[in-house]
Amino acid sequence: MATVTPDAPPADAPVQQAPVRRTAVRKRLVPYWLLLPGILWLLVFFAAPLVYQASTSVQTGSLEEGFKVTWHLQTYGDALSEYYPQFLRSVLYAATATVLCLLLGYPLAYLIAFRAGRWRNLLMVLVIAPFFTSFLIRTLAWKTILSDGGPVVGALGSLHVLDVTGYLEITAGQRVLATPLAVVCGLTYNFLPFMILPLYTSLERIDGRLHEAAGDLYARPVTTFRKVTFPLSMPGVVAGTLLTFIPASGDYINAELLGSTDQKMIGNVIQSQFLRVLDYPTAAALSFILMAAILAMVTVYIRKSGTEDLV
Amino acid sequence: MEARHDPESLSPPQISAIRRSLTSGRMAVTRRSLLRAGGAGAIAVGGLGALGGCGIPPAGRTEADNSADDHSAEEKRVSFSNWTEYMDVGKGNRHPTLDAFQRRTGITVKYTEDINDNVEFFGKIKPQLAAGQATGRDLICVTDWLAARMIRLGWMQRLDAAQLPHAYAHLAKPFRTPDWDPGRAHSYPWTGIPAVIAYNKKATGGRKVTSVSQLLDDPQLKGRVGLLTEMRDTVGLTLLDMGKRPETVTADDYDAAIARLQKASDRGQIRRFTGNDYTGDLTKGDIAACMAWAGDLIQLQADNPEIEFAVPDAGYMTATDNLLIPNKARHKRNAERLIDYFYEPKVAAKIAAYINYVCPVDGVREELAKIDKALADNPLILPDEEMAAKSHAFRSLSSREEAAFEDKFAKLTGA
Repeated sequence: MATVTPDAPPADAPVQQAPVRRTAVRKRLVPYWLLLPGILWLLVFFAAPLVYQASTSVQTGSLEEGFKVTWHLQTYGDALSEYYPQFLRSVLYAATATVLCLLLGYPLAYLIAFRAGRWRNLLMVLVIAPFFTSFLIRTLAWKTILSDGGPVVGALGSLHVLDVTGYLEITAGQRVLATPLAVVCGLTYNFLPFMILPLYTSLERIDGRLHEAAGDLYARPVTTFRKVTFPLSMPGVVAGTLLTFIPASGDYINAELLGSTDQKMIGNVIQSQFLRVLDYPTAAALSFILMAAILAMVTVYIRKSGTEDLV
Repeated sequence: MEARHDPESLSPPQISAIRRSLTSGRMAVTRRSLLRAGGAGAIAVGGLGALGGCGIPPAGRTEADNSADDHSAEEKRVSFSNWTEYMDVGKGNRHPTLDAFQRRTGITVKYTEDINDNVEFFGKIKPQLAAGQATGRDLICVTDWLAARMIRLGWMQRLDAAQLPHAYAHLAKPFRTPDWDPGRAHSYPWTGIPAVIAYNKKATGGRKVTSVSQLLDDPQLKGRVGLLTEMRDTVGLTLLDMGKRPETVTADDYDAAIARLQKASDRGQIRRFTGNDYTGDLTKGDIAACMAWAGDLIQLQADNPEIEFAVPDAGYMTATDNLLIPNKARHKRNAERLIDYFYEPKVAAKIAAYINYVCPVDGVREELAKIDKALADNPLILPDEEMAAKSHAFRSLSSREEAAFEDKFAKLTGA
């Protein structure tokens, strides 16, 4: 063996390598540490309640005797066959409100993103402003706006719009409140900002030079919109429709305040089963059915929109 | 064609293709996919185990473990949860009667208006009470059927009659022996709440509305009738109108009343089932006539002369809101002193003059007349004999009946 010189690297190498590896391990752990708060949050506030509700949905019993897990899956079948009208109605109302939000929100988001100039910030504040009052107050305000003796109903009545909507069975008699129209309007109004904000974000990111380029290639404005702007705004459309549809289908405030007995949505049923009837298993089963239905619909929708079928 | 399905006849390229797809394709069985499948399986098994492990224990409690150590002597305070607009308000949003109580006894009342709805409040305090824990409240005020349920579950403490001399002496006769709390062992009424009929003269075109039959059948009122979400008030008034007694209601009577209401609802007669929010609809005239709570009406009439009320000849329902001390309350003695204080006629008159509901305290008429003569003569606050004779109460229900009745009522309201 040769004599080792004091500054020979082999002697030092292991000493130096150890801290390097430790830092490497620590570095690899960093993402997990960063994930930890989120995961804990999810476990405590999402996973645990979910398991608890899933369990409740297969229990039987009563408040006084207590509830025991009996794997009574029949609850799901009973709940579905009993309350399918409210399920269908929820999907119908939420889908209608989502389409209306898109029709109303897209032009507005487009205007704010491309044409508003120095008014842009002000307009954005106006879109968000309703959030400064509570959901309940905003919905109650509609009861005043759409009141039977109010100007809106008066105008619609004298223009015979109410006769048409009455014929279509979305209003009843000479009134708007306590009809499907009022509930859908309430849903549309309350969830409109959830549509506008993602639409605006995706539209605002579009490079204005693309429009010029399309023009240079002799595309008319309509063609430019159809071939360039709209496809590029698809992420916003998808995000906006999801953010509108999902909460709208579970909403119960609008149906409660603006609807009548024939406009109750599935959220109202879940609320009354939980709080009034105290039938926790049925309420939990209904919640799970709603969750599964939304999940299925959203999955299909995202698949479709991902493959550009929707464009 | 047959031969193609025979594994023997697979060509070497086919066999190798199958092998490839098993080892490296999308369906490949790799270590990772096995781990993933194993993990999913473990989560599924664990999940099922967790589901099975859950369960909600019986909610009832035995008498013994209910009281907490009473800290009334060393902690001079009491925490009182009540409904909104259920206490007189003076300058600076203070409550003069509560301030007077503090001056007299040195006990500070922490007064919270956190009860908006019986069922929601029950949902809020249920977890603690079911687990035998303190709710942080020494005195609560809930409607009789909920009081009955919580007494039945053993969640409310027995009151010490020796601490309640005024309450014992001044409790008005109609309130003394409810079937759900014989002898008022656990509760004392805060107010009586008559449910009667109200209408907006302008909206009905000057027509009087005097019976439930008219509410449910009059074509002039179609789509402009409001009923209450309180099952016992709506069904009770309907039962009375059908000549049945809510005090002895049977399942058949109940079903008949629901069918009667359902028929009216199917015809489009009923606009909405409401809680307190009928007041706005009635004032605007969106609801022309409705079932309504008397105390609201006195306040509505003061603002809007078009509002009228009618006591049906068939009778009306009176519910009560009741003061109760929940289990594990830290200041039971202080809470009892507060209940007793509210039963001094002078104090009761001040509160009645403000909240306008039926006062369950004897000897309040003279005191109330000193504050406002008109209020003392108002049969909605101090019922005269004729009015008192028409008052009815809903029989107390077992938990099974209650669930069945509520379920049928929920279906009637569309949910």
